[in-house]
Amino acid sequence: MKPVNFDYARPADVGAALALLADDTLAVKIMAGGQSLGPMLNMRLVQPDLLVDIAGIEELKQVTDRPDEIVFGACITHADIEDRRVPDVTRGALPSVANGIAYRAVRNRGTVGGSLTHADPSADWISILSAVGARVTLRGPAGNRTIAVEDYMLGALEADLRPGEMLVSVTVPKLGRSARWGYYKSCRKTGEFAHAIGAFLSDPERGVSRVVIGATESRPIVVTDAQHLIGDGRAERLDRVFDSHAAAEAIAAAGMADPIDRQTHVVALRRAIERAYSA
Amino acid sequence: MTEQGVGASLLRKEDDRFLRGRGQYVADIRLPGMKDVAFVRSPLAHARIAGIRIPDANRDRIYVAADLEGVKPIVAVSGLAGFKVSEQPVLAFEKVRQVGELLAVCVGASRAEAEDLAASVELDLDELPALHDMIAARKPGAALVHEHWGDNVFLETFVDVNMEAAYDAPIKVTREISTARQSMAPMEGRGTVAVWDKRMEQLVLHTGSQMPHIVRTGLAECLGLGQEQVRIVSPDVGGGFGYKGILLPEDICLAFLAMKLDHPVRWIEDRREHLTAGANCREHHYIITGYADRDGKLRGIECEATVDSGAYSSYPFSACLEAAQVASILPGPYDFPSYRCRTWSVATNKCPILPYRGVARTGVCYALELVLDAIAREAGIEPHEVRLKNLVQPEQMPFDNITRKHFDSGDYPEALQRAMAAIDLEGIRARQRQGEPDGRLIGIGHSIYCEQGAHGTSVYAGWGIPMVPGHEQATARMTPDGGLEIRVGVHSHGQSMETTLPQVAHEILGIDTAKIKLVHGDTEYTPYSTGSWGSRCAVMAGGAVATAAREVAGLAKGIGAHLLQADVADVKLVDGHVVGPSGSVSLETVAFTWYRRPQDLPASVDPRGLESTIGYKPVRDSGTFSYAAHAVVVAVDPEMGDIEILDYVIVEDGGKLINPMVVDGQIYGGLAQGIGTALYEEMNFDASGQPLASTFADYLLPGPTEVPAPRLDHMETLAPYTEFGVKGIGEGGAIAPPAAIGNAVNDALKGFGAELLRSPMTPRRVLEAIQSAKQSKEVLEMTQGEMA
Repeated sequence: MKPVNFDYARPADVGAALALLADDTLAVKIMAGGQSLGPMLNMRLVQPDLLVDIAGIEELKQVTDRPDEIVFGACITHADIEDRRVPDVTRGALPSVANGIAYRAVRNRGTVGGSLTHADPSADWISILSAVGARVTLRGPAGNRTIAVEDYMLGALEADLRPGEMLVSVTVPKLGRSARWGYYKSCRKTGEFAHAIGAFLSDPERGVSRVVIGATESRPIVVTDAQHLIGDGRAERLDRVFDSHAAAEAIAAAGMADPIDRQTHVVALRRAIERAYSA
Repeated sequence: MTEQGVGASLLRKEDDRFLRGRGQYVADIRLPGMKDVAFVRSPLAHARIAGIRIPDANRDRIYVAADLEGVKPIVAVSGLAGFKVSEQPVLAFEKVRQVGELLAVCVGASRAEAEDLAASVELDLDELPALHDMIAARKPGAALVHEHWGDNVFLETFVDVNMEAAYDAPIKVTREISTARQSMAPMEGRGTVAVWDKRMEQLVLHTGSQMPHIVRTGLAECLGLGQEQVRIVSPDVGGGFGYKGILLPEDICLAFLAMKLDHPVRWIEDRREHLTAGANCREHHYIITGYADRDGKLRGIECEATVDSGAYSSYPFSACLEAAQVASILPGPYDFPSYRCRTWSVATNKCPILPYRGVARTGVCYALELVLDAIAREAGIEPHEVRLKNLVQPEQMPFDNITRKHFDSGDYPEALQRAMAAIDLEGIRARQRQGEPDGRLIGIGHSIYCEQGAHGTSVYAGWGIPMVPGHEQATARMTPDGGLEIRVGVHSHGQSMETTLPQVAHEILGIDTAKIKLVHGDTEYTPYSTGSWGSRCAVMAGGAVATAAREVAGLAKGIGAHLLQADVADVKLVDGHVVGPSGSVSLETVAFTWYRRPQDLPASVDPRGLESTIGYKPVRDSGTFSYAAHAVVVAVDPEMGDIEILDYVIVEDGGKLINPMVVDGQIYGGLAQGIGTALYEEMNFDASGQPLASTFADYLLPGPTEVPAPRLDHMETLAPYTEFGVKGIGEGGAIAPPAAIGNAVNDALKGFGAELLRSPMTPRRVLEAIQSAKQSKEVLEMTQGEMA
């Protein structure tokens, strides 16, 4: 298990990185934290001509605090969020989820942008960021475009990256004071990828009610208007208005065929909602 | 007991280098000019080899079967009647019989370059139907792994003791029980550095091995070399667990290359090779029936057991290692009158099945102990009551059981009762009645087993494999400054023998253990031995070291008596001094005199000096019987299927413990592996025989958060036939957990009427068991409704 021969570049800014990506005669792969790509290189599942290491690009590690949202660079690590080096605007949702990703050694190097671009359905970021309504910004030859995070993932291990494009930042809205969120994942053992994820956000001040069922075979199931599942957010206890039959139907409608998978995903969502009240 | 002798929890001498990162493993060896090797392995489970195309530019760096002139295949024959012989080619020719089988070997300046060479080889393989299901492979008309056999059965065995007498028993429970195929997954995989030593005219193979002398013998035979032309060096080894007891085709390739090329070569197994091509173990299938009276008294056990032995019989333990043992050890520590067992060792298109800590016993314990709990549920009594009714009693010791296993000593009911008291059966039953606030279901389970260790000549001669242990030899040699060297042919790779064997020598000679050095892991420096396996080292190497130390003590007393001008009959060895009627002399002085001032000794001095190589065998070689009762409380999540271990108790009897701390460590490690078997580890295959787990993301091992801190309690029933009363305990921790946890899970699920009879007990299997119990209940209610 040793990688094939490849060239290595460590550009200093996004412009230089994009210039390297522009050469379409080469198989170019971007590396951020390398926590998934490293093993894939070793197993020769990825055989690039050129590896572009973006970990040295300052812009990708910056954080911009705006009145109603926060924007952080693609190379912000899981530990940066866990340790609140990136200010938390999610009433603890992001730091709490970061704390449960893999192991600390992975969190020290692994990046949010890398995780989203690797697009593993069982990873945490795609689910929780979809729940809080985050967006990602991509930069390429045609400039910037910003899309909902759930639209960035096209399928298992497939992100919506156009030729010459790279992910540069993630934008997370600031939650209202009465916002409630919950997250539950089921794993075989600590630090492993999840088999079922449930997440929700209820932010009545902003009129937001979102539910995510993650760790599916492909993209997470994102319900952007989830009032039929968890009400309008004004109920005293959301877990008492949660409609598990409707959730099961939504999961079935999304194509999850296996009854045990459907059961565990509904339970994960119910527990995510219950957890909002148990802490 | 002294502070350093037998029974002392001495800190481990070897930890000084391990904890400072100074261990020396095969992959740490750097020899001048060394090149790296990578293999071309079969991507298919079963195929005819139509062609192997090597680009001309690479031809001088890639070797195939036809290049291995004079190299013989690996053959491991069992002497048991009816055994069918397989030949494991070093590099495959004509056909491949498992994924990962070697087709070509490539030599590069680095491993990456060798892998580039391997990628340049084109294979032309005609796929054949692959056998991945041992039960299907046993049936007539199945594809054949070895065509000339006519079927796929390495060996079938049958034993019957008055079975039909049990058929009128009022309770009869039959269960189909199975355990997954596993991988041993030591932290360090296999690896070999091979070099031809021109001065010594000798092949030197550095390879992590539990049994260097056996590897030397097997390797010399495959290569047609004299044994003096082969030296095996086994340096620090990062876990063996059975996998490093095997002679691999890779080792022979490396040896061949070292002799053919003018430079050293090395191969370091990567984890994908380990999981998919080499390290397989454990896969058992049982159809087992327990017959009992209403009070739980066993009338008999009837069983059909099948083991998936994989494609080849591996050296030296052979393909029937597991299944042939199943029939003799299935009765466990129980006394009952009727028994029948038929076993099959079945060839399939998978890696050869290899020994793994607890060999055969883990599966056997799981099958028998699950059935005993099913009997208890049927009889409506507590499971431990069933066991207490059937366990061999202390007053029956020594006891020959129904398969003529000779239980040397022990009090099994006491171990079980202590475990049940410690786990608080009544408290847990009360808690179950109350229910859990989080909706989980609590279950309590236990299991008990015996571990035959250090079984010797008479046992293995009957089995007739390439390796039969005889006397175990050790060398004890005093150094000129009064220290001691001990040389043994076993290998220490986690057993802590660099600490415990000096403790044994200290017990007899009184030399400070800091001045006692264990030499092991090199055929050039140590006496022949079958090595470290079968929970034998404490008994066999410990006994040999004690015997050699006693010889040296006698020689030292002779020299000391001369220096004290006393009769040798009047001197004693006390705390490292030869003490006579009117004075004493230290062992340092005795050694100094023998080596440095021979002019002070009379002509009549014993010329053997202060050195002895001598062999040891216990009074009986039928093995020591250590045992333990494991009791566990689990919480099962009926919605997600997750299982959490809440409490774990082990009451263990290993006879005299040379170092209790080391024994505790062995039990902790075994428990972790047993939890892996119970809940996590599984090597699955698809219908074409492809292994589905090639990384630790798919092959799950328990980590620190999955292994609870068990509560340990020791009993010390001395073994009657061994030095100090020591029993082998190295494997036991890994034997009982799947059975104890399985029984606890089934106890938790009994409200559903659900039973889970397959390991590992994954969340999905838990949910499937609940679902199928609910469905059969619905069917039952529907039928009853219609009848009404």
